[in-house]
Amino acid sequence: MHHNKSWSRKLFLVCNFIFLAFVSFLCLMPIIHILAISFSSGQAASAGKVLLWPVEFTTAAYENVFGKPEYLRAFWISIQRVVLGTTISMALTIITAYPLSKDSRQFRLRTFYAWVFVFTILFSGGLIPTYTTIKSLGMIDTIWALVLPGAVAVFNVILLLNFYRSLPKELEESSRIDGAGHFKTLWKIYVPLSLPALATTGLFTMVGHWNSWFDGMLYMNHTENYPLQTFLQTVIVKLDFRFIKAENIELALKVSDRTSRAAQIFVAAFPILIVYPFMQRFFIKGIVMGSVKE
Amino acid sequence: MNVLTRMWKREWPLHMMLLPGLILVLIFCYYPMAGIMMAFQKYIPNKGLFGSPFIGMKNFQLLIEYPDIGRVFLNTIYIAVMKIIAGLIVPITIAILLNELRKEWVKRTFQTLVYLPHFLSWVLLSGILVDILSPSSGIMNQFLSIFGIKPIFFLGDNAWFPYVMVISDVWKEFGFGTIVYLAALTGINPSLYEAAEIDGAGRFKQILNVTLPGMMPIIILMLTLNIGNVLNAGFEQIFNLYSPPVYESADIIDTFVYRMGVQQAQFGFATAVGLLKSIVSFIFISVSYVLAYRIANYRIF
Repeated sequence: MHHNKSWSRKLFLVCNFIFLAFVSFLCLMPIIHILAISFSSGQAASAGKVLLWPVEFTTAAYENVFGKPEYLRAFWISIQRVVLGTTISMALTIITAYPLSKDSRQFRLRTFYAWVFVFTILFSGGLIPTYTTIKSLGMIDTIWALVLPGAVAVFNVILLLNFYRSLPKELEESSRIDGAGHFKTLWKIYVPLSLPALATTGLFTMVGHWNSWFDGMLYMNHTENYPLQTFLQTVIVKLDFRFIKAENIELALKVSDRTSRAAQIFVAAFPILIVYPFMQRFFIKGIVMGSVKE
Repeated sequence: MNVLTRMWKREWPLHMMLLPGLILVLIFCYYPMAGIMMAFQKYIPNKGLFGSPFIGMKNFQLLIEYPDIGRVFLNTIYIAVMKIIAGLIVPITIAILLNELRKEWVKRTFQTLVYLPHFLSWVLLSGILVDILSPSSGIMNQFLSIFGIKPIFFLGDNAWFPYVMVISDVWKEFGFGTIVYLAALTGINPSLYEAAEIDGAGRFKQILNVTLPGMMPIIILMLTLNIGNVLNAGFEQIFNLYSPPVYESADIIDTFVYRMGVQQAQFGFATAVGLLKSIVSFIFISVSYVLAYRIANYRIF
């Protein structure tokens, strides 16, 4: 009997392993497929011969991509928005979370302020009023339209303020007794101690900025101001001929052929794939911290 | 007065710290709320918010009379609800199966692989999906042709489109969803399993009687928090994958607002539709937070 049971258990474990391996493979397969296409020759790709390994290996698609000034410019704009956006957003998150982490005895208006911020995740003016606001501020076609509207990331603020609260109170008290003000306490005590939480939120913010495309489409009138994902949205996903001059249509069709599209997708995903292993170290803890609390 | 000045002396640095964040939130979140006025105006961009004529509820009347509007709302709820349900079942199942793996590094490796798609944007994933699902050369239809199935135009067929949205959304997000459930699983007291084993419960019985009840609080919490998403069918995904032939099954509130407002410049009308969505969502989110607080004692801050 016992022998029988452990045999069925072994069978389950093997099946479970195979099933999960298959599921993991399904998650990666589309990405590997695209990578294989990007390194294959145009003919092999359009004939549908490519599966998970390049056929008639060539780097022509990548030479094409890196030879395109529009692509490189969009890439550069994306890097700028990631650096500027993450810096501003993290600075704001740090100084906003600190006062909100105090209790009402230390900071009377704390609950009122907290609701002012939280209300913005419950209700919004909507797409059109936000657009007209940005427009009336004269931010259309500037990088500020991509960086400032979402700079106060309320979810990150909440995550960080909960982290601040989990730190022992004695630390703050002793620092205050030593005569340090709030700014100094925040900078010397809270920031160094919350580095794991800051790394989590920082990486999320970076990925968010790298991946966002809709704001670029909305607030940039000129294609030369598009960040990379917005550029790809118009060139790859929706081949929009309004953006392409008549004499360039043939070039556009050539550029948007299968291998080149695949290469552009992969180059845009590359920075994410690079930071992914680092992210992975921090963020599981961060997410669990933010979503499940005692 | 004396109390107030003492308070101010003690607390002013805290107020100062909040100032930059408050200013940005006022400009970019609260000021646009005033723009809701547009919903009651015949908004003319040159005249602006304070110069455009008010027309009462006309935009809302237009909305009710708009022929496709019922379908837009139904599509939104249909796709969103299917996503919520699939987004619960799949991650929970995978989390339980992952938890059965005995070697920690195997578990970690699978976990790392399955949440990779979460970090790629819908623009890139749509580019990939358009390629794989292409009826002429996509790998999916090549695969189906082995079984003699004729090419299916997954993204251009109204019968398929909503389901492709749900499945591709599950593909992108389920791995990320497993994280929370796995954390809940590791929190279950091991002695409960030992007790069940002594009672003669097999592994399957243990999952049924120990694992699932142990996960119940987090499952209920996730379900309630998702109530707020009933009108969020996934703008970024659908916008990148839909096309006029599938508007019938694919058009959701957010895509509709975008086309009316940004492409056709009917600012007042689009704002009215958006306002309706904001109000309903606000009610749903508030109810879900209250429920989450009552049921699971969940607090946002």
